[in-house]
Amino acid sequence: MFQTANTKSTLTRHLREIIIRKLFAFFAVISVLLLALIVLFLFRQGIPLFEEISVTQFLFGSAWYPTYNPPEYGIWPLIVGSLIVTVFACLIAVPFGLLSAVYISEIAPSRIKEILKSVIELLAGLPSVVLGFFGMVIVAPWMQEFFDLPTGLNIVNASFMLAIMAIPTISSISEDALYAVPREFKEASYALGATKYETIVKVAIPAALSGISTAVILGMARAIGETMVVLMVAGGAAALPRSIFDSVRPMPASIAAEMGEAPFQSGHYHALFATGIVLFLITLAFNLIADYLSNRFKEEGSGTL
Amino acid sequence: MNPETQASFMKWRYFRQSVFFGIVRLAALLITVALLGIIVFLFINGFRAVTWGFLTLPPTDSMTKGGIMPAIIGTFYLTVGAIAVAMPLGVVSAIYLAEYARQGRFIRLIRVGVNCLAGVPSVVFGLFGLGFFVVFLKFGSSILAGSLTLGILILPTIIGSAEEALKAVPQTFREASLALGVSKWRTISRIVLPSALPGILTGAILGVGRAAGETAPIMFTAAAFFTAVLPKSIFDEVMALPYHIYVLATAGTRIEQTRPLQYGTALVLIALVLGIDLIAIIIRSSVRRKKRW
Repeated sequence: MFQTANTKSTLTRHLREIIIRKLFAFFAVISVLLLALIVLFLFRQGIPLFEEISVTQFLFGSAWYPTYNPPEYGIWPLIVGSLIVTVFACLIAVPFGLLSAVYISEIAPSRIKEILKSVIELLAGLPSVVLGFFGMVIVAPWMQEFFDLPTGLNIVNASFMLAIMAIPTISSISEDALYAVPREFKEASYALGATKYETIVKVAIPAALSGISTAVILGMARAIGETMVVLMVAGGAAALPRSIFDSVRPMPASIAAEMGEAPFQSGHYHALFATGIVLFLITLAFNLIADYLSNRFKEEGSGTL
Repeated sequence: MNPETQASFMKWRYFRQSVFFGIVRLAALLITVALLGIIVFLFINGFRAVTWGFLTLPPTDSMTKGGIMPAIIGTFYLTVGAIAVAMPLGVVSAIYLAEYARQGRFIRLIRVGVNCLAGVPSVVFGLFGLGFFVVFLKFGSSILAGSLTLGILILPTIIGSAEEALKAVPQTFREASLALGVSKWRTISRIVLPSALPGILTGAILGVGRAAGETAPIMFTAAAFFTAVLPKSIFDEVMALPYHIYVLATAGTRIEQTRPLQYGTALVLIALVLGIDLIAIIIRSSVRRKKRW
């Protein structure tokens, strides 16, 4: 009697554990399902465009006149706009992100380290619309006057604002990578008589390089996908820029600005979703590369010596 | 190498080091100055606009006067909705990843999925929300659609921080509980979760801050240019602080005239978001200091 009751309770207990495990696994898969849903719905609304024009015409067409008759849906200027502001933003954000990471993980006294980490976290938390607003009302008029330009809403301004958004990403991930470099590496370097500078530049940074690359790629992904800043600050000209003080219309800006006006299920509507697909695929590629790099990076360490 | 050249070489090495350290310190300083500069500037220009009436009255005279109360309320609803969606889902996912999952292809898939979800641009979330919640599920532009969209946006943040908090609980806690014959689920719910709770909450608070400041995901799913009345159900559109800034700063004919309102709204939003983030940072550091293990 006792025996059976005990077995039974063990059984139900076992069953409960299994059910909980499966249930939790199901919930964990929801993230993947959501990603799949995002892909599905982007394609559902974007693909109909390609009944009107070819993929090549869409990607490499140099005229974006979605409201003309007949409309033209070439997003090449938008792609170029996105790439240019992203590259320039990274030119600013990579040195600042990396140097601040070096400072936090290698040089700063612990009090300053804590403060600076909080500063970077708060910077990451700044709403993009506030940065866009700042770029619009402060930086743009100043830039226009200082450089005597027709408009302050241009590539340089947008790149600066985007850099502020990308710095926290680059800094915090690089810092983790530098922190993960085994102490023995640095100690060995000091033992050979290297200065702190030489140890950082020739030992710590090379050892953390795949982590730092991950940081840079994720920073780029953040910059290319950022919407409000480029919407408010990049100027919005859907043409190929000829100078760094020209206005551009990066992909997210175009989507955000035009979605409200595009008639439901029109060619324009589908074209904006198709632009979303391009943007999604670019950031997805960046993220997969970063994921691959950071996994390789995990296997490094003193064990690989 | 003779002693003299060696000495000058050493000098050069240390000189190089101090130049490098100078550059590094300058970079860190400039980042701090940038943050403080933006905050101080918005504060100086905005604090005169932020009066009691500004916070408690609706906009009047086609949004050229009055306050931002409906936008504050709207942002509150959207944020609460987002966290209500993301918190349960995120914490359960994190428990699975941290406590149950073993290495394997299935886990790899989930991790890659979460990482990629974290990298999806915010405007793409907006498109998805429009295509799926607003149109396909027929929620319309509403609090519900906006909250769900924002919830998915912050889900990876919640999962990440909750998983980190769970992993920080020492393995010995679990072993002690399991050794007493307690089942795995009870060990998790009674021992591991309570120990990880402050960390999980910190992540949730950061998620709230993120959701409150996002604009692009709610532009096509929830945000209204102007609503005369406050929302009555979750199927109503709302005004929201971030969208309100964007609208005031870019649309309309009296952009210059409404500048003080724009600064005021930006100041309220930045105070809200950075205040939330600061609370999370303070909680986290005090928890770390008090940690008993």
